[in-house]
Amino acid sequence: MATHHPEFESDVQPRDQGASSPFAPHTGAEVAAMLDAVGAESVDDLFDIPESVTFDGEFDVDAKTEFEVVSEIEDLLGQNADAVEFLGRGHYSHYVPSVVDYLSLRSEFLTSYTQYQPETSQGFLQALFEFQSMLVDLTGLDVANCSMYDAATALGEAATLAARVRETNGETVLVPDVLREGKRSVLENYADGAGLTVESYPTVDGNADLDGLADAADEDVVMVYAESPTSRGTIEEGLSAIADLAHDHEATFCLGSDPVALALLEEPASVGADVVVGDASVLGLPASHGMGLGLFAVKDDYLRQVPGRLVGTSEDAEGRRAYTLTLQTREQHIRKERATSNICTNQAWVALRTAIHVASLGATGLADLANDCVDLASEAAARLDSVAGVTAPVHDRHHFREFVARTDEPAAEVVDGLAERGYLVHEVGDHEIQVCVTDMNRGELDGLVAALREVVA
Amino acid sequence: MNYRQARWERETDDGETVAEPLLSEKGTETVTHEASSLPDDLTRDELTLPELSEPEVAGHYTRLSQMTYSIEHGPYPLGSCTMKYNPKFTEDVAAIDDGAIHPDRPDEFAQGTLELLYGLQAFLADVGGMDEVTLQPPAGAAGEFTGLQVAKAYHRANGEHEQRREVVVPASAHGTNFATAALAGYDVVEFPAGEDGRVNVEALEDAVGDATAALMLTNPNTIGLFERDIEEIADLVHDAGGLLYYDGANLNALLGRARPGDMGFDIMHYNVHKTFASPHGGGGPGAGPIGVVDDLAAFLPDPHVRETDDGEYELYEPENSFGKVHGFHGNWLVLLKTYAYISRLGDSGLKDTSAMAVLNANYLASQLDLEIPYGPFHHEFVASAGDTDAAEFAKGMLDEGVHPPTTKWPAIVDEALMTEPTEALSKDQLDLLADAFAAAGQKSDEELAAAPETTAAARIDQTSAARNPRLSWRDLEVADD
Ligand SMILES: Cc1ncc(COP(=O)(O)O)c(C=O)c1O
Repeated sequence: MATHHPEFESDVQPRDQGASSPFAPHTGAEVAAMLDAVGAESVDDLFDIPESVTFDGEFDVDAKTEFEVVSEIEDLLGQNADAVEFLGRGHYSHYVPSVVDYLSLRSEFLTSYTQYQPETSQGFLQALFEFQSMLVDLTGLDVANCSMYDAATALGEAATLAARVRETNGETVLVPDVLREGKRSVLENYADGAGLTVESYPTVDGNADLDGLADAADEDVVMVYAESPTSRGTIEEGLSAIADLAHDHEATFCLGSDPVALALLEEPASVGADVVVGDASVLGLPASHGMGLGLFAVKDDYLRQVPGRLVGTSEDAEGRRAYTLTLQTREQHIRKERATSNICTNQAWVALRTAIHVASLGATGLADLANDCVDLASEAAARLDSVAGVTAPVHDRHHFREFVARTDEPAAEVVDGLAERGYLVHEVGDHEIQVCVTDMNRGELDGLVAALREVVA
Repeated sequence: MNYRQARWERETDDGETVAEPLLSEKGTETVTHEASSLPDDLTRDELTLPELSEPEVAGHYTRLSQMTYSIEHGPYPLGSCTMKYNPKFTEDVAAIDDGAIHPDRPDEFAQGTLELLYGLQAFLADVGGMDEVTLQPPAGAAGEFTGLQVAKAYHRANGEHEQRREVVVPASAHGTNFATAALAGYDVVEFPAGEDGRVNVEALEDAVGDATAALMLTNPNTIGLFERDIEEIADLVHDAGGLLYYDGANLNALLGRARPGDMGFDIMHYNVHKTFASPHGGGGPGAGPIGVVDDLAAFLPDPHVRETDDGEYELYEPENSFGKVHGFHGNWLVLLKTYAYISRLGDSGLKDTSAMAVLNANYLASQLDLEIPYGPFHHEFVASAGDTDAAEFAKGMLDEGVHPPTTKWPAIVDEALMTEPTEALSKDQLDLLADAFAAAGQKSDEELAAAPETTAAARIDQTSAARNPRLSWRDLEVADD
């Protein structure tokens, strides 16, 4: 049955050799007994790989002890230069309470998978149901799924949803001209397959220019996207008007936000949002090099078009409340090329962490955190504004977490000068820097301001 | 095995019997924003969410965890999902504070992170026999999408995009292959397997042609068989001007023994949460890096990591990049755990992984009294539940204290039980698992219909869940009113 490679003779694993991987439990005696049961001479005999495609090389990676690996990675990551980050623009960190780690790292949560057998997965299903429920409360919309990969892919999925539900022949997705480039690129790639194109509408001081948007919106528009807070940290003031404009053209209105901002800012449902997307991992994850959690909520009409997993309630045979994945005929494992999305593995464990974080903050703690995001941004902007040669904020708007400042010196030089002093901010224009302040770095604000004084002096 | 999952029961205020009340049933608070420094018209009227003390939160999630079966409870042989043991130390590695950085740090402030990512790119390239690897896709399906975007960009560059509208997929492929092709805007051409369960080259010849953008295959295929004609298949696709895509879900079978690149594949994804043991977290996160051959490297997502002449690491945009598939750099924490796992195992451990995974599947199969129509299989096999509905059979297994296999897929086997024990199960665990199969096999239809009895919930009514969707605690309150 199996190919045996004579030239491999010397390499053939002895039949009574136990596993050398620390994560395979086999003793030599067990390997021999199992081979006997199978009727094979050696483990190599079990492989049916034609010789012409057999690999007999090495990867030159030496096995290491756990201590060696941990030390190696500590050393490696230790090479990330020390710096205080005042960075945001779509990836934010707030303090994550210890309880989030201790609970989410329980191996029951960490090492289970998608709840294909709901009877034995009730706990995780309930946690995901609660996550969905929190997003329903925060958005005011009817349905939230239990995760997309990140904010950008959630936006891409929103565009394909808009194309499926469209009542016109529209093919244009309108986004603000200040949209973060990377997010726009992801959107364009999702849009491409659906035959959609992405176009910009103008903004004034960070927020939508409603006249410009009205000019850009024609019968070809299928979705209008706006963010609050925007990628320049401003709080959008024209959400209802944007929604009306979209709806006048029978287009979907998609709003980008995050759970902290949603706790304070206008409720999406009340301004007419049809879909809400964004990064929910602003709660639950520390800075993770951009890893996120895509939130995705919609109004009821779009229920059958939602991408990804949905948990619902039902009853078990004994009449008790029970949870299960539901409406799975939307999904790839059943509907194949007619599925609402290709997503399978998602960010469920991050959703669990976000839910635990929300639960431990509670309504009061979350609202306080959101208010801090407003107050810290304005306090920090005022501090920067006091530095000669710096004007902050550039936009005469309300801000959330971050703001843009104008520098008389070229921004590139200011950013470099700050970096030399161990402070990182974004360069967003020839004379514009962007600064993000949260509970995590507020204690370093004095240092940032002092460094900025030196740099622009 | 005698088994009982933790099960609580209590009544809510509305008289409903539940295992654990919802957070919202334990206590909520409604806050308003009068004191906010924002003007009224920019704030919401009010916000209602659960409001609980930390002890209550900790108790809630601890009880939920105990109603969740996981790898560490026992066998979890979900075919195609590679539910192997997740080494604990990778969590400590993921918690290293120096790694918790913002994605927009300038390269010179992220040298450690970039070097690690570069090392992982290089290692994965080696394992797959590929020339370049991007780590950006956040799961296998996202890797498939990335791969097809690369293929599309390549055909566009050659002026053949308009002509190449089709992606060819075997009938037994995973649902994501079909869905991804559709997402990328392709028409899906499905072709049936041959009698031996492998690709029938003649059937494939009919499916492949001038319109083919790519063929997506996994090897070993979804019934565990090695596609022995893979080189002929590769020639066929390449002669037609198409690209060959490898779905890496089954790479655990081949680690260190065969490489997709050597078989003629042009693009592949790695399901690192499967093959390289990062925990599945109740459905994710994963990561789905893709590897490509040299000719396609210029089309990879932006940004990519490279080493500079003076030994530093930098991000750059590949010359003909099609753009991005993730807002930033992908699922960093998963990639980090992958790197740790690979470093720990080294060559010998990786080779041993495929050996023990294949031995375990073969041994388990030898202990079962079920028909396994196709072989020789590798890391997984597909048994048939025969006259019994495979989904019912699975419910019967739950009462034996194990997680059942993947059911009813692929359709090439009637009442499929797709079983992948992985290398991490000991002989003792495999014997218990075999007993669980046997016990389920002996149950009558009535007994199966009454199963499971030992889990936190008894059999759940799926129809009513779908017919009357209640997807949030708000829906439950509305139902009560
Ligand atoms: C064969 C196969 N292909 C693709 C996928 C998709 O991978 P992911 O779930 O990581 O998106 C899976 C797994 O779920 C699979 O089993």
